[in-house]
Amino acid sequence: MLKLNKSDTLLFVIVAAMVLLAPFILNPFPQGSSLAQMFNAGYPDLMQRFVIFGILVIGFNILFGLTGYLSFGHAAFLGIGSYSAVWMFKLLSMNVIPALILSMIVAGIFSLAIGYVSLRRSGIYFSILTLAFAQMSYNLAYSVLGNPSSSYNLTNGETGLQVYSNDPQYFASSSAPDTPHLFGLAMSDSSKLDIGSWQFTFNNGYYMSGILMLVAFYISIRIFRSPFGMMLRAVKSNQQRMNYTGLNTKPYTLAAFVISGMYAGLAGGLLSSMDPLAGAERMHWTASGEIVIMAILGGVGTLIGPIVGAGFNEYFKNILSKINDGILHQWLSFLPDGLENFIVGILHYFVGKGWHLTLGLLFMMVIIFLPGGLVEGGQRLAKLFKRKKTEDGSDSNNTPAK
Amino acid sequence: MGILEVKNVGKRFGGLQALGDVNLSVAENSVHAIIGPNGAGKSTLLNCLVGKLIPDTGSVMFDGQSVLGRKPYEINQMGISRVFQTPEIFGDLSVLENMLIPCFAKRDGAFHLSAFKNMLADKEMVERAQHMLEEMNMAGKHAMNAAALSRGDKRRLEIGMCLSQEPRLLLLDEPTAGMARADTNNTIDLLKQISDERDITIAIIEHDMHVVFSLAERITVLAQGTPLVEDTPDNIKGHPKVREAYLGETQDAA
Ligand SMILES: Nc1ncnc2c1ncn2[C@@H]1O[C@H](COP(=O)(O)OP(=O)(O)OP(=O)(O)O)[C@@H](O)[C@H]1O
Ligand SMILES: [Mg+2]
Repeated sequence: MLKLNKSDTLLFVIVAAMVLLAPFILNPFPQGSSLAQMFNAGYPDLMQRFVIFGILVIGFNILFGLTGYLSFGHAAFLGIGSYSAVWMFKLLSMNVIPALILSMIVAGIFSLAIGYVSLRRSGIYFSILTLAFAQMSYNLAYSVLGNPSSSYNLTNGETGLQVYSNDPQYFASSSAPDTPHLFGLAMSDSSKLDIGSWQFTFNNGYYMSGILMLVAFYISIRIFRSPFGMMLRAVKSNQQRMNYTGLNTKPYTLAAFVISGMYAGLAGGLLSSMDPLAGAERMHWTASGEIVIMAILGGVGTLIGPIVGAGFNEYFKNILSKINDGILHQWLSFLPDGLENFIVGILHYFVGKGWHLTLGLLFMMVIIFLPGGLVEGGQRLAKLFKRKKTEDGSDSNNTPAK
Repeated sequence: MGILEVKNVGKRFGGLQALGDVNLSVAENSVHAIIGPNGAGKSTLLNCLVGKLIPDTGSVMFDGQSVLGRKPYEINQMGISRVFQTPEIFGDLSVLENMLIPCFAKRDGAFHLSAFKNMLADKEMVERAQHMLEEMNMAGKHAMNAAALSRGDKRRLEIGMCLSQEPRLLLLDEPTAGMARADTNNTIDLLKQISDERDITIAIIEHDMHVVFSLAERITVLAQGTPLVEDTPDNIKGHPKVREAYLGETQDAA
């Protein structure tokens, strides 16, 4: 199907089903229960982040996973995409289509320039060059190009770029919503479905982003299976052999860099389409680092890893930052008071504003015990499960070879 | 005129004159060996032929065209393939993929953006790669990770990868270094077969006299960056200068 082989088709269908059914899957607990407050993730804002960061990391993986070139400045393209989209909202209309197209084009142009220079070096020097470029972009956006009193205020500095009522919006129609919309369909609108005490939210912005993520995912599968994808893996494996096999590695790595930059631009454009406000902090080096972390968490160089990594990161960030001392006390109330206070006192540093700490520890554990990321964890579990089954003998005759 | 003409090539590393004044002519469809003691400049000479090093003086002509100033991938596309002293293959890729890459490089050139084609659906390329694997006696290992191959198999794979590009000149730098006798003999047979069956010129650097005298039609002896003599194997064996400079006690072994 779709020119994919059997296992890729299966993978794609599973991911598509999860994306389309996410409002159900992510809301397992009935509305209003304390578990729902904590663990339900089926609300628009978070679901949008899942798929948008999914796109970002899928693109990053085409560069880092295939060629091994570790860009430490990919957040720059995310930010560039965000600003481009808001400019389209300001100048044309709140329709997201021109915004998304421009965010990909501008990010593509920037990644062509930055990639061309950075790819003159490899290894750590490449990473540092991309980091330097990203920090330059951040500083330009934050101050130089963001001075509200100057005539070339492109980013509106600290305040962030947003749409004002006196913006030209040359193509705006009076009937369309004044928030980002797809031909009149407002991104922020949701329809709700109540079943018993459960409530499920279907948000327009989420579904548009989700479908774009599926397209992005499909393209990445095709790239992985193409001769081009094989050449990118060859770059990672042995550049010397490539050169002496008549292959010019430069355009291959540059193409991968630009493709992944455009993915990041699209993700940035989508962030602005969900909420038309772009700030420089999106380009900060910590944001670039988070992209690397998501890619490694999920499993570098695997197809599904980026989606898993982005989802895992966003989900736990969300939960951990919601937990506070009160909730901890509630959970541990079965313990004797002294012990309860002691444990809450320790856990205090790992939740709420301390979520970085927990996520950092999780990240370290994954790196140490699962160098192939969460995908490797899943594979190991599957293997264990299979072995158990065959040991039981119950299944040994009818399990297919693969 | 040979297919490869090296004229007055010199190369200096700091204070060390690695190549003095090298003149070499390799005849088309011959097997030409370059021998010489350690540090004689053999690898340096080879590096000057494939674009890894640029000589300070002199010229290198391949089939009437200068190779100097060209990048390694451009020189390869002219028809020169190189086998390295330690096999250079794509360790993370499967054996079949290793063979596919040079096939694509030969057909599609140095860069080709085919991000939407399915690699394995390209019948022409897959058949060519599989055919080459069969010729190398490796068809059964096509799904293996190349890094997991034995050293002898890695060498065969690398030679096969070079051959799949149908080069006109194949350069080998000590292809049997560190190999067991059996593997060495296999490699000799393979190279013999290659030079018998194909229109190909082979230039080989080798320390093992057994290999050299089994394969070469002409031998150049290099010492301290300059060619001492160039002659047929029989004449080289008895040449006093060569015995003095290089062969020494290995003569009776040959
Ligand atoms: N990149 C380099 N920088 C400095 N000196 C070098 C370099 N490459 C080679 N040399 C020196 O040039 C001389 C010739 O080296 P080369 O590797 O060509 O010898 P060789 O004939 O291949 O020897 P072997 O039989 O040991 O492989 C040696 O003295 C070596 O140390
Ligand atoms: Mg050498």
